[in-house]
Amino acid sequence: MNNGDGKRWNGGGEEDEDEDEESGGPDGWQITYADERSWESLQEDESGLLRPIDNKILYHAQYRRRIRSLSSQATTARIQKGLIRYLFVIIDFSRAAGETDFRPSRMVVVAKLVEAFIREFFDQNPLSQLGLVSVKDGVAQCLTELGGSPESHVKALMGKLECSGESSLQNALDLVHGHLKQIPSYGHREVLVLYSALSTCDPGDIMETIQKCKKSKIRCSVIGLSAELFICKHLCQETGGSYSVALDEPHLKELILEHAPPPPAIAEFAIANLLKMGFPQRAAESSIAICSCHKEAKVGGGYTCPRCKARVCELPTECRVCGLTLISSPHLARSYHHLFPVVPFDEVPLSFLNDAHNRSPRSCFGCQQSLLNPGNKPGLRVKCPKCKQHFCLDCDIYIHESLHNCPGCESFRHSKSAIASEE
Amino acid sequence: MASAPSKLYADDVSLLVVLLDTNPFFWSSFSLPFSKFLSHVLSFLNSILLLNQFNQVVVIATGCNSCDYIYDSSSATSTDAESGRMPALCSDLLRKLDEFVTRDQHLGEKDSLGPPTSSLLSGSLSMALCYIQKVFRSGPLHPQPRILCLQGSTDGPEQYVAIMNAIFSAQRSMVPIDSCFMGSNNSAFLQQASYITGGVYQKPQQLDGLFQYLSTVFATDLHSRTFLRLPKSVGVDFRASCFCHKRTIDMGYICSVCLSIFCKHHKKCSTCGSAFGQPQSDVPSASNVK
Repeated sequence: MNNGDGKRWNGGGEEDEDEDEESGGPDGWQITYADERSWESLQEDESGLLRPIDNKILYHAQYRRRIRSLSSQATTARIQKGLIRYLFVIIDFSRAAGETDFRPSRMVVVAKLVEAFIREFFDQNPLSQLGLVSVKDGVAQCLTELGGSPESHVKALMGKLECSGESSLQNALDLVHGHLKQIPSYGHREVLVLYSALSTCDPGDIMETIQKCKKSKIRCSVIGLSAELFICKHLCQETGGSYSVALDEPHLKELILEHAPPPPAIAEFAIANLLKMGFPQRAAESSIAICSCHKEAKVGGGYTCPRCKARVCELPTECRVCGLTLISSPHLARSYHHLFPVVPFDEVPLSFLNDAHNRSPRSCFGCQQSLLNPGNKPGLRVKCPKCKQHFCLDCDIYIHESLHNCPGCESFRHSKSAIASEE
Repeated sequence: MASAPSKLYADDVSLLVVLLDTNPFFWSSFSLPFSKFLSHVLSFLNSILLLNQFNQVVVIATGCNSCDYIYDSSSATSTDAESGRMPALCSDLLRKLDEFVTRDQHLGEKDSLGPPTSSLLSGSLSMALCYIQKVFRSGPLHPQPRILCLQGSTDGPEQYVAIMNAIFSAQRSMVPIDSCFMGSNNSAFLQQASYITGGVYQKPQQLDGLFQYLSTVFATDLHSRTFLRLPKSVGVDFRASCFCHKRTIDMGYICSVCLSIFCKHHKKCSTCGSAFGQPQSDVPSASNVK
């Protein structure tokens, strides 16, 4: 019986070929059912009636598990975050990257996701630098050096997408180690490997290379696209990174973007230092100056280095004349939410809500959405432990993932003074 | 040619969230009385609702001790249903605003720290952004949201981190923050907000013509702004202030662990307790200095 997914379960390659020739492949309507099996999203409730799976509750439960695991890590060990990061992304362009299990091919999917990752990385870590390395034909090459401008990295990556030959993990690590050895001691050294191959072709002892990286305090993480490899797992365990294997494209995207926010920093890895930086003023619209990056006269809209008064076009950058790092205060402010996170909200138990003596708010404090289920019964909600305001589940996710402010705590002056007096 | 249903929520439908500063310590000493100011604002809100049938207006009051929703044009409650929305706007809004100001004052009576000079802009910005997220979630057809801050009180430096968080979240969701600042000196926070999110910052010169400023600069929807010459940002001050003296500096020292800004060389960071130049070990926990 055709179960509607366009595949025939009677095995044998020849039979499939014949059928494909006859019917010209699965029909258009069959293709839509191949990916989304809408009948699987129905469930039966206690009395045998059909009801759809409440995706919102599942999504929220998943999000709460993630938040709880993150906050428990942070409170048990006083983990600081590595905010000034020097990250190399090693992309495997070996023969295995041409496999089509990710459509259209692993290489194209990885390139697209790395582009999104680069933009997200500079958005969340404005003071950090990124470099790209490609591994092809057993040789590792630097696509771009460590730098702070997202456009140059994306352009170099999308330049030529071709794959061939074997992949060599040791050569890539050696190359990256050579570059990361030279960076200043306050920076956090990281490597992210996107590995599609199932083997590595190395000229020497890769265990020695791994020990070298461990001694230089480079944190290597690997995301595998095919299967789990012992050598990758060993590398990550030795250097303190994370190893994960992607199941499909959305999972791969999630795994890559997990590396964009600063990782918990192991305290001994980086030495704290005071860095001298400049905060340039924006020039007036009608001023004319010769800019130091393009070496040509430009009108208006640039920044003046406070030490040597040279003009630069964009921030953050390093002044070409005197070497001072130039940033603006919003760049620093982008990272402050890592240092002052919002406490996870508590779920309000249904027993508390159903108790007629407790008067709980009818609408979410943030977005004014009604918190009542149809039939005027109180619905699921969360509560901030500091200001005791009730929020709906969507606001909970938005507040913790994007806004990083609790509207309740910010809207009551007394909650602020109470917190200040506790400290 | 676009078909009729998509024309209903075309790109010139806007949702305007107005953050109204109700700080009594500012308004009592200001040249324009609060009642006259309100009459300008109410006429402006009426004109927004008249510009397009589907425009929505939400008003959030920014007080000294609390913030709250005052008016939502899309909510069905209106005391005078037959006369349409316009009279309901005035009576509803004024009634709720009156209740809010009384409540805010009560909350402030227990305050022993002295009269606050700043209003809680970070709170009302956060509430506005949560409301706008709700609108985004309501489906593919929704009005284009933007935020307008009508502010007069000075910036409270303790709100810096919260306001910057709100600004970056607005930038990500592509919600412009416009500001009409009526205080004496320019507000650095609002200038940065408008610059980063792509909104308009204006400090009106003559306040008895406030309605004219509001309707010419702030009434246009986002799509039509591409055809207009709106006031450009002049000299946004991006300099940071040092954590030790709160002075603005143009060259400073940054702690590599917590990114705190100092104006002079220190041996130890006062925010995170890291000793500079030595590998970090177990340091005693330092208090959070916001």
